[in-house]
Parts: sequence; C-alpha cells; structure tokens
Amino acid sequence: MVEVRLEKVTKKFKELVAVNGLTLTVKDGEFLVLLGPSGCGKTTTLRMISGLETPTSGRIFFGDSDVTYLPPKDRNISMVFQSYAVWPHMTVYENIAFPLKVKKYPKNEIEQRVKWAAELLQISELLKRYPSQLSGGQRQRVAVARAIVVEPDVLLMDEPLSNLDAKLRVMMRAELKKLQTKLKVTTIYVTHDQVEAMTMGDRIVVMNQGKLLQVGPPTNVYLKPNSLFVATFIGSPEMNIIDASITERKDGLYIEGSGFVLRLTDDFRDLLRDYIGKDIYLGIRPEHMTVRGVSTLEHVNKSAEIEGLVDFVEALGTDTIIHTKVGDNIIKIKIPGHVPLPIGENIKIEVDLDNVHIFDRKTEKAII
Amino acid sequence: MKTKYLPYLLILPAGAYLLFFIGYPLVQAIYLAFTQNGHFTLANFHRAFSNSMFFQALKFTLALAIVIIPIQVVLALVLALIMMNTFKGKDWVLYALIIPLTISDVAGGLIWYTMLSDAGFLNKLLLNLGLISQPIHFFGYQYRTMEFLAIVLEEIWRSTAIVFVIILAGLQMISREYIEAAEVFGAGYWTRLRKIVIPMLKPSIQSALIIRTLFAMQIFGAVWMLAGRDIPVLAGEGYYQLTFIKDYSVASIYALAIAMLSIVLGALYVKFLKAPYLEVGE
Amino acid sequence: MNDETKYFLTRLGIYTFLFTFVLWVIVPIIISTLYAFSTRLDYYNMNKVIPTHFTTEWVKTILFTLGGWQGIKNSIVVALMTIGISFSLGIPAGYAIAKFIFPGKDSIKLSIIALRMFPIPVMAIPLVILYIHLHLIDTLFGVALAHTAMALPFVVLITSSIFAGVSKDFEEAALVFGLNRFQSFLKITLPLALPGLAAAAMFTFVMSWNEVFVASILTLKNRTLPAQILSIMAGSSGGAAPPYYKFAAAFIMTFPALIFVFFARKYLVTMWGITLK
Repeated sequence: MVEVRLEKVTKKFKELVAVNGLTLTVKDGEFLVLLGPSGCGKTTTLRMISGLETPTSGRIFFGDSDVTYLPPKDRNISMVFQSYAVWPHMTVYENIAFPLKVKKYPKNEIEQRVKWAAELLQISELLKRYPSQLSGGQRQRVAVARAIVVEPDVLLMDEPLSNLDAKLRVMMRAELKKLQTKLKVTTIYVTHDQVEAMTMGDRIVVMNQGKLLQVGPPTNVYLKPNSLFVATFIGSPEMNIIDASITERKDGLYIEGSGFVLRLTDDFRDLLRDYIGKDIYLGIRPEHMTVRGVSTLEHVNKSAEIEGLVDFVEALGTDTIIHTKVGDNIIKIKIPGHVPLPIGENIKIEVDLDNVHIFDRKTEKAII
Repeated sequence: MKTKYLPYLLILPAGAYLLFFIGYPLVQAIYLAFTQNGHFTLANFHRAFSNSMFFQALKFTLALAIVIIPIQVVLALVLALIMMNTFKGKDWVLYALIIPLTISDVAGGLIWYTMLSDAGFLNKLLLNLGLISQPIHFFGYQYRTMEFLAIVLEEIWRSTAIVFVIILAGLQMISREYIEAAEVFGAGYWTRLRKIVIPMLKPSIQSALIIRTLFAMQIFGAVWMLAGRDIPVLAGEGYYQLTFIKDYSVASIYALAIAMLSIVLGALYVKFLKAPYLEVGE
Repeated sequence: MNDETKYFLTRLGIYTFLFTFVLWVIVPIIISTLYAFSTRLDYYNMNKVIPTHFTTEWVKTILFTLGGWQGIKNSIVVALMTIGISFSLGIPAGYAIAKFIFPGKDSIKLSIIALRMFPIPVMAIPLVILYIHLHLIDTLFGVALAHTAMALPFVVLITSSIFAGVSKDFEEAALVFGLNRFQSFLKITLPLALPGLAAAAMFTFVMSWNEVFVASILTLKNRTLPAQILSIMAGSSGGAAPPYYKFAAAFIMTFPALIFVFFARKYLVTMWGITLK
C-alpha cells in the first residue's frame, strides 16, 4: 500500500497528445476514479501507472521511489482489464495462481492465497473450470481475484464493469467498493460512467482531452463543478445550460435570458462584479428546480421564480422529468414521484438559488 | 419450410463435387491396388514392396519431413514474433517473407539449382571469396547427401512462409490484453512467451504442423528438379510408375501409401497436440 | 552492461536476424532472374558471380521453341476455368455456411477443412483411368476439373469468411425494403464482398498456376506451364537440359506469382489465416 504521485506527466502518440501535463496524487489506501469521455486520456494515464506505457515526459512515483521507467513486473501492481483478460487456456485456479507463481511464492502459500481470494469473491466452487465455462460475471470475479491475490501496492481497474449487464453492474459496483474498503489497497479506477464514479470513488478526477479538469470528493464535484464540461458531464439528466446575461437594475442584479428574468440576492454582487452587462451561461440542475403547486424544494434559503409551458413529460417511475419551454429554451425539471402534468399547461418554476451555476462564456470556467 | 432446406441445397453442388473427386479416386485406387484383370490379388503389393525403391521412397519422404518441419516451425515462430513489433519498412519485410507462398515447387527447385549448381551462385561466390578452391558438388548420384541437403534448403526456403503466415495469423488473434495482463502480473518476456503466447498459439501451431506434414508427404516437384530419382520419394515414384512404367496398380499403391501416412500422422497430431481448454463444453 | 545497452543489443540481434532472413528469401529470386538472362560465357566464367552480359535467348527458346508460350496459355485457360467452376460451386456453399444456422453445419465445415488436406497424388493417379473412359485425358478441361477439386475447399472457406464479414444488417435492411434473398445477395452482399472475392480469385489462380503433379499426369500434349517445364527439364531425356534453360524456366514461372503477391499482399496473411485455421 502506497501513495501514487504523477508529476507533469505527458504522453504523446506521434502527433496526438493523449495526456497533457497531468499532476495528481493518489493517497495511500484511497479509491480514486478517473472519469471522462472516451479518448480523454484516462486509460493512457492508467497504463502509464501500470508501466505498460512510458510517459513522454514527467515522472511517476510510488511512495518515494521513481517508477517512471520501471517495467510492470517491478512495480507490485495489479490490474483488472476491461475484457477481463482471463487466460482461456488456464483453469480458474491457474489464472488466480499465476501472479503468485511468477513471483515465486512457495507452493503451500500459493494454495492458501488462491483459496482466500476465491472465497472472498465467492468463486471457490469454480476453481477447476476453464473460462469458457463461466459467465461474464464469473469471469469478472476471477479477474478481480487474480488482481488482489498478491496484495498489490496499487490496484488498477480499467472499466471493469462495462461489459456486464445493467443488473450485475449495480451489484458488482457495491461489491468492489466493499472489497476495496476491506483491503485498503490504493485503487485507481477508470470509467466513463459517472454513476460508477459517484458511487465508488473517494475522490473523482474528471479528465478531458488529456487534461485534468477537476479533482475532489464526488459530492463536491457534483455540486461545485469548476467548468462547463464537468458540470454537463456529471449528472443525469444533464444540467440545463441556458444562454443568459447579467444585468443591473435599481433593486439589484438580475439574470436575463430568453423568456425569463431571475432576481439574484445581494450576496451575488461581489462574485459577479466583473460580469455585469455581460453574457454568461446559466447552469441549473434539473433537481434544483420544482413546479410550484406540485412539490416544494427542501432546505432552500433563497429561491426565485420563472414561468414556463409544459412541452413534454417523461415518466421514469421514481421521478418525472418535465421538459418546459421558457422563451426559446427547453429546461428540464426533475421532480420525485409521478407528476402527470398536461402538455401545454402554464407552470411556475421555483429555482434553488444556492445551486445556480454561472459560467464564463469564453473560458467556460465556473464563476459561481 | 423452404428456407429449412436452402443451406443444404446451396452446399449440395460443392459437396457432391468433392465427394466424387475424392471418393471415386480413393475407391478406384483401392480397386487398382487389389486387382489384376478384374481378379482379387495381392501380387501388386508383392511387386511394389519387393522393389527396394518403395521403402527407399518411404524412408526419404519421412526423413525429409523430419529434418525440414521442425526447422520451419522454429523459424516461423521467431519470425512471426518479430513481426508482431512495429518497425520501419515492416510492410516490405512482410511482402518479402510471403513471396515464397506463390512459388511452385518446380520453380523453387529450379531457383535452387541456380544457387547450388557447379557454376551456380554459391560456388562462384565462395570461390571468389577464396573460401573454397574447388566447387562444392550438390548434384549427381554420387553426391546424394548433398542432393538431400539441397532439397532441405529449397523446402525451408519455399515453404516456411506457409507456417509463418499461419502462426502470424494465430498471433494476431491473441488479444493484446491477455499478454499485457501477464506483464502486469509480473511475467517477463520469456515467461509470457512460455505460459501465455505459446499455449494460446497451440491451435495455430497444430494446424501449421498438420498442413506442412501432409504437404511433405506429397513432396514431388522440388525433388524431381533437384535430385530426380536419386532421392526417391513416394509421390515421385508414383509418378514414375504411372508415366514411365505404366503400372497403374503399383502407382495406386504409392498413392494409397501417401493417403495412409497422411491419415495416421494427422490423427497423431490431433491426439497429441490437443488443447484441453478447447475441448470443454460451454 | 546496463539495461539500455542490453535492450539495444537485443534489438540489433533481432533485426540482423530478420534482415538475414529477408536476404535469404529474395537473393535466390534475384540471382535466378539475373542468371536467366546471363550469356553462356558469363555463366561458365567462374570469376563472374554476377553476370554482366545479358541475352534473352534462353527465355525465348523456352517460350517459343520448347512450348513455354503454349504452356502459359494453357495454364491461364486452366486457371480461369478452375476459378469459374470452383467459384460457381463454392460461393453458394460459402454463403450458406456464413449466413445460415442449420443442423450439421459444424460437421460439414470440419469435413471441408479435412478435405482441403486430401493428398493430390492420391486423387490424380486413379483419375487417369476415369479420364481415359470419359475422353477427358489430355484436355485442359480435365485438368481444370481436377484443380477445382483441389481448390474448392479453399474457395468455400474463404468465401464463407468473406460473407461472414459482411454485416447481416445490410442484407436484412434490403429484405425489409422488399428484395428477396437472392436479389439482396446480388445487390448488397456480393458487391460488398467483391474485393475479398477478387483476392480469393487470385489465390485460386496461383494455386492452379503452380500445380504440377495432376497436370503432368493428366496431360500429354496439352501441358500447362509447370507440366511442360517438368517434362523439358527432367523428362524422358533424363534431365539433360542445360542449366541456363532451367533458370529461364524458373523466371517464367515465378514472375507472374511475384506480381500476384504484390497486389494481394494485404489480403494474404488473413486469407491464409482463414483457410489454414
């Protein structure tokens, strides 16, 4: 168990910059999730930590030792691959025992450890089978057992759940998290699925186009996204992004957009001083709004009201998403429970001003 | 209802054709081998076996296979492993390596005659480099060992490409993650090769071995060009019996000997090289 | 020795080996081509490793005096007939194996794979008797029929994998829009499979072009090129053909094949991978 540190790590494949000046510390025993769309550089980052790729520049440390150019075998790491990479020509037992055999563990210890790992992942009765006789979920368990059997310093996982069906994925998500908490192994987990990131990670790293955008605990990243990209990448349904501008009137600051005017409380004034009279993006998450008369927002200090027209209603069972026309904008509102609003109805929307986001038009960085 | 029979109907012409062209000659060969003027007899076998050429041919056919095939498999494996790397000019190297695939055994024999004849390239080169003072004789009955060597060289030159291509295709089908997984879990290059790559390549190596061995049982053109009947082989003797002696029965016995050898060797390979993980049910 | 030098030396060793092997493959081809056009004096001059005086006499003699040209024409006719027959029989079978699921499919496929390895001499020798009865002996059509038997298993396997590579969705889309199965095959699958089929045809061509045993046994006067050369070089005359004729013959036989690999080089590895698996 060890701390992993990346310092200004860059990886180029010919002209393509896959990872660009990444600096990051993974704490000892932490479950860190690398989150981003495909091609954002998260898998390349993981592969550099594993030693399968070598950085073009920058350094990687495990604790105090520089491992930048060490081959994987000298790093005491383990990995769970996206396709599991459970070797088809070996039985489950041989698969799990492989890392131990390579590291020349004594025979009785190999047996003990394989037994231990197999029990932990509930695959003890499968040890004699070949991978072709296993289901996808079982293969995944073999891959995880193989990865933890040596008690690695760092456990790497590359989208390990993406090949499972939805139900199994939810189950394995919880199990992997429990397993990691129990083993306290430093874990770096790559995924493009924000739900996995939110539910599993101690901290999330959001990446895009080879760059690190934001690091932090899941709720932090969710509630305080530092850029337009992070704001829209995390959360489902996506955050509403509305073209708007900040205006000043006698009685205070307003956000104005097509079909709505939001009065801001005075405490926004300091933050928005430079943006008065300028265009911005307004971001509001669907669950931070409600329809007056249908439900109320909880724990809200400040709120504002705008008017809209019901355009379309998505009933999800537990929630209802109401697509509302406000001027030229379509704004999604998420309300718990079943809310059968008729299409075309005029509604009053209540907005939670504590959870309003404002982004700079040019830099797309968060102002609030 | 109609579609139920459609696939069979589509396969029928090809199936019938193959059945006829392979079944009929087989039956005919057996008939020719066991009869004379329409009567059952073993005299043909007596005639074939009492001629020392039969066992000579059997001996040389097998000896050539035993010498050539292991060299080819090792060479092909090494080449294929190298070709899994990326490097400059890889396309051209691949082109060069597969050229011999399209060269016939007769042409191969002739090309190697150019290389090895008394006034051929090798002798002239070595003479001019001062490494030898007399040409090395490769051809003629009194130099049969050298003729054997010439055939071995030609076959390694010409038909290693088949083995190479089969093994390369097999290598390319092994997912990279399998090998990377072994790397992550601490296996060095040789361990990965021994424990992951070669075991997973077993089916490809097996088919390469079977194909090469069966073709080796039919070796003819190159031998005929380089050594004639100095080095007798089964297919060559069959050809000789048929076209020069016009003894259809003995020629058929040679053909049957090739068929028997092919079946026995093929079965042996399948039996001894099976991969247990491919046998288990889903 | 540190890791970097070790790494460098390993690389060096590997590429030296590769380079040597490539030389070993191409030098004989280059040399035999040069020798094919070498004058007699240059050939017998022991001090001349590489000839410097050239003549087309040997190639011309093989082609026009010794029947090489006729052999080439015969070879092409036989190869084209072989492609024609084996494709018209093989494409439906390949299509069936690629696109249908039916009982016995695996055993049929396995038998075809096994038949591909059936020894050619076994087929050819008894065939002579049949051909004499059917008056097919010494005809190009007869040789093509035998070559078809040799090529057909390959054609079925190659075409089935080519058709399997054409997504079922394309064809089903055509079915939805009102074409029947045969039309959708003709209009959708076949055009998409065409490049692969062209490579397969070249492959079949070379197979037939190179085959010598069957062609030698089944013909006497109407010989294909390899059969003709076999009889010139090592025929009843006892193999007394002068060496430079042998080189010329090798050149004539090899040249078309070289061009073939050049055009089909991209497909060759996958194709052999398919057929030999």
